[in-house]
Amino acid sequence: MEIVFLAFILILSIFLGFELINKVPATLHTPLMSGSNAISGITLIGAIVSAGSDHELIATILGASAVAFASINVVGGYLVTDRMLGMFHKKKLEGKK
Amino acid sequence: MNAAILINLAYIASAILFILGLKMLSSPETARRGNVVSSVGMLIAVVVTLLNQGIVDFTWIAVGVIVGSLIGVFAARTVAMTAMPEMVAIFNGFGGLASLLVGWAALYGTDATTFLAVTIVLSVLIGGVTFTGSIIAWGKLSEKMNSRPMLFTGQQIFNSILMLAIVACGVMFAMDPTNLMYLYILIGLSFVFGVMFVIPIGGGDMPVVISLLNSYSGLAACAAGFAINNLLLIVAGSLVGASGIILTKIMCKAMNRSLTNVLFSGFGSPKTGTKQVEGTVKPIVAEDAYFILEAASSVLVVPGYGMAVAQAQHVVKELQELLEKNGCEVVYGVHPVAGRMPGHMNVLLAEADVSYDVLQEMDQVNPRIDNFDVAIVIGANDVVNPAAREDEGSPLYGMPIINVDKSRTVFVLKRSMASGFAGVENPLFFKDNTRMLFGDAKESISALVREFG
Repeated sequence: MEIVFLAFILILSIFLGFELINKVPATLHTPLMSGSNAISGITLIGAIVSAGSDHELIATILGASAVAFASINVVGGYLVTDRMLGMFHKKKLEGKK
Repeated sequence: MNAAILINLAYIASAILFILGLKMLSSPETARRGNVVSSVGMLIAVVVTLLNQGIVDFTWIAVGVIVGSLIGVFAARTVAMTAMPEMVAIFNGFGGLASLLVGWAALYGTDATTFLAVTIVLSVLIGGVTFTGSIIAWGKLSEKMNSRPMLFTGQQIFNSILMLAIVACGVMFAMDPTNLMYLYILIGLSFVFGVMFVIPIGGGDMPVVISLLNSYSGLAACAAGFAINNLLLIVAGSLVGASGIILTKIMCKAMNRSLTNVLFSGFGSPKTGTKQVEGTVKPIVAEDAYFILEAASSVLVVPGYGMAVAQAQHVVKELQELLEKNGCEVVYGVHPVAGRMPGHMNVLLAEADVSYDVLQEMDQVNPRIDNFDVAIVIGANDVVNPAAREDEGSPLYGMPIINVDKSRTVFVLKRSMASGFAGVENPLFFKDNTRMLFGDAKESISALVREFG
């Protein structure tokens, strides 16, 4: 039953993803990619559990490296997306506010 | 309250914030806040995960987070906008590698059931392919590697055997999860497969590959979510997976090619169309180009990867301002596959402070294309090649293009007469209304700007 439940969530999320992303305009496709890239760094939370548990040493090593790689993804991804989106402007009004 | 319940309730909140964040990306006005919303979701998820009672030691977590964050901050701050495609590529790869490691680590501390073994196989496989595939994509995009497609005889046979071996190893491991030998072989094979998957794909097809790898990095997180039984990983991973698939579809449609064709055909080897190109090339100098521009009342700018290479976006913006001051309307026509990743041109022009409401899509500029007095093509080639419309024998035939040849005058800024990524002759250069402005794009536009001055 567990598998069915997880699969159910999976299918619904994929459909939700299609609906959401279809509305993103072409202008924002690069920030969309880097931003969704940061979201895929969600593996970080799985990595944290592995790195902190007292299982075999190898699990800790695997977990800690996964934490590092996923953090690059999350931190770098969100920051660079923010930097990019900060550049998108509409025509500036004469005499800045 | 039970910590496990608290954690899962917080995960629901994170999932909602991810969804809202993506929703806010549907408009440039809310996009930046959307990114913040999404990052708050991530922060909540990370913080509550630390409450997990299985965690006994925080040392390695702290080390990993600090090292990763420092690298992330440094990369995000220093990367040039022109280098965005390779940065996204390498980040995809790290995401895939992290999922591979998490899937692998899931093996320890629990009794491995067949279901667990299958999910580990999937996360290791998808994660591994994403990792090495992205490294190769990064190499090709940053020109550390030759971006031409790499093909060798027996490639397809080799790939088929590789796939069979992967399936066999996966099945063997799922049947006997205590035998780690199969897992190690599987990791190695998925690395090889990632390499084999990207090397036959040429530089011009990179927008497709990078979108696809983006999708894989999400699916890898999703598979890891199955392995460690974590719903948030499944939800977030599949959102990203879906996003990458949609982008891949848009890119393929914009090149009028199927995904299988992109992945397996090794596009990029020189091919010639059936029609003989007629006419002569008519060069023009900046001075004469200026007189035409000065008289124009509407100008269309079509940027391509060449604009990124020449770093010409800032002078283009200068030219735009001068033209607008002269009472001329300036619009940018951006083809979906212009540049090396989806939306690449838009980011570069945004960097140069071009307002996003003059950045228009192909379908917006094509209906009024014959009303433009001048179309300036900057470092774009295949996306404005009329052979896609006229020459049934051309490999580009059927690809939707920006029909610049139908505007009154076309300026093509180009270094030389070399052909585009697809290696196809461009009849646009020989049309009666086309003038070639040879030289570095940045130099040529600076020369035009000086003429105005």
